[in-house]
Amino acid sequence: MLLWSRTSRAVVLAVFAVLVAVVVVAPLGTVLLAAVAGRWTGALPGGLTGAHLGAALGPAGLASLLVSVQTALLAGIASVVIGSWAALAAASAPGPLRRLVLGVCHLPIAVPSVVVGLGLLIAFNRPPLLLGGTKWIVILAHAVLVLAFTVSTVTAGLDRLDPAYELAARSLGAGEARVLLRVRLPLLLPSLAAAAGLAVALSMGELGATIMVYPPSWRTLPVTIFTLSDRGDAFLASASTVVLLAVTALLLFALSRVRSRAALR
Amino acid sequence: MTALAPARPAATGALPRMPAAAWVLPPLLVVLGCVGWPLVTVLGESVRDRAGAFSMASWSAVLGSAEFHNALWRTAQIAVGSTVGALLLGSFLAVVLAFVPFPGAGLAARLIDTVLALPSFLVTLAFTFLYGSAGVLQALVHAVAGPGAQLPPILTSPLGVILAEITFFTPFVVRPLLASFAMLPREQLEVAASLGAGPLRVLRTVVGPEALPGLAAGGSLVLLLTLNEFGIVLFTGAKDVITLPVLIYTRGVVSLDLPGAAVVATAQVVLSLLLYGVYRFGFARLRGDGRAERPTDPTEGAGHVAVVAHQ
Repeated sequence: MLLWSRTSRAVVLAVFAVLVAVVVVAPLGTVLLAAVAGRWTGALPGGLTGAHLGAALGPAGLASLLVSVQTALLAGIASVVIGSWAALAAASAPGPLRRLVLGVCHLPIAVPSVVVGLGLLIAFNRPPLLLGGTKWIVILAHAVLVLAFTVSTVTAGLDRLDPAYELAARSLGAGEARVLLRVRLPLLLPSLAAAAGLAVALSMGELGATIMVYPPSWRTLPVTIFTLSDRGDAFLASASTVVLLAVTALLLFALSRVRSRAALR
Repeated sequence: MTALAPARPAATGALPRMPAAAWVLPPLLVVLGCVGWPLVTVLGESVRDRAGAFSMASWSAVLGSAEFHNALWRTAQIAVGSTVGALLLGSFLAVVLAFVPFPGAGLAARLIDTVLALPSFLVTLAFTFLYGSAGVLQALVHAVAGPGAQLPPILTSPLGVILAEITFFTPFVVRPLLASFAMLPREQLEVAASLGAGPLRVLRTVVGPEALPGLAAGGSLVLLLTLNEFGIVLFTGAKDVITLPVLIYTRGVVSLDLPGAAVVATAQVVLSLLLYGVYRFGFARLRGDGRAERPTDPTEGAGHVAVVAHQ
């Protein structure tokens, strides 16, 4: 509807195809190919092999993967609980207080994740809370970083909630707690599942804050991938990245099942 | 029912005002303790000497150092370059997706969205194979120009980082633009064309004004994210591409100079918060403009933009 001549359409679409291929398909495709390539010295990779993927799932890789999954789940749960509490409470709070709460929750995406990590490193390496050197500082960092996304997902869900259900429940005499537990939260379940999915996806790929705070005993998969890439093992790093993406996709798939089941109710 | 309905909300509306405010406190305190407090300690650490006494020594040492100046300049250069590139590329992709319908447009939009869910270091990892010293592009150059032809080391240059960041952040521009384009009545384009306006004129006079708020929001978001970007630059491993976040990392973790890292971090936070303010302001205007940015499903996929842009 913008281009009416056949040739101009063809030219524009050809340029579009090339750009999408270079910008979107090439990066993802390269990492996928490198994960199963025996060598890649020319224009095309050669020697299909499962050795890199096998090594990525070896004892060290598996331990790292497990750390990442546990971190993502724990941080996801924490951020969904605190985030939806904040979103629900902010929605019924007076204007200035609501803006304060939402503003503070969104702070971590405005500042670099490295700074969030540095702050946690300094603040929680001294009494009263000594978290430095434990896995909890990593989980805390992830929870803080994904909080903004859970808060805005739940807030957006609340915005679209039909207030009629709540009003009907109240007019029938339901108290605040009952309205929250029996009406609002069940209606919000799809948003909560979406928030959890987003939190898990972001946490699985987090690098900046983790690298500032992680102890040797709690090394997430992105940190391991960086170590591999830094010492020049790009094939193993690609294979580990593919493992990371596959497990993230699996977790998201599981959460989307919850989400669609919630939407059906 | 009609008698009940007005009476109830009035009664409950007057009472829970206090409790509603009180319910905000627990999450607010937790978040202040886990986000606000660490940022304050960063500021505190930056004005402390090794013995723990108040001192501005770290500030004068860091702000006067060539290392900091270079990192600041490099960060700004990379952020501005990547933002301009992402805006240009993103606008083109969004215009084609929205206004030049072709079979598979939905799939292409999905693919572009997928990038939003990927970790940023994946792009640098892919670039090693594509544009590295033994990469695909080098092999193609050898094939075309003979084995003597050497590519400049793109990968470890600021240009390589800019290209990687354009690759990663372009979807953050496409998303809000597609949302604004979805609100534009197609008839307007057709009427303009039938009155004799060429495609460029239609773009400038019909699509342009509609796209401006989306461009402003997407552009300032990308500028903020590229200022803060860490993974892409770290994975590049180039000695001469040091941005502020990388400087914070090397000072804080590698050379264990926490006060120095805290000074750089404070400077970066000031810079980022200023930009974040601009972004929120730009987005407030966008929302004011006929609620153009109303999400269809803000949580669809794992789009950061979907969420970031719909706060």
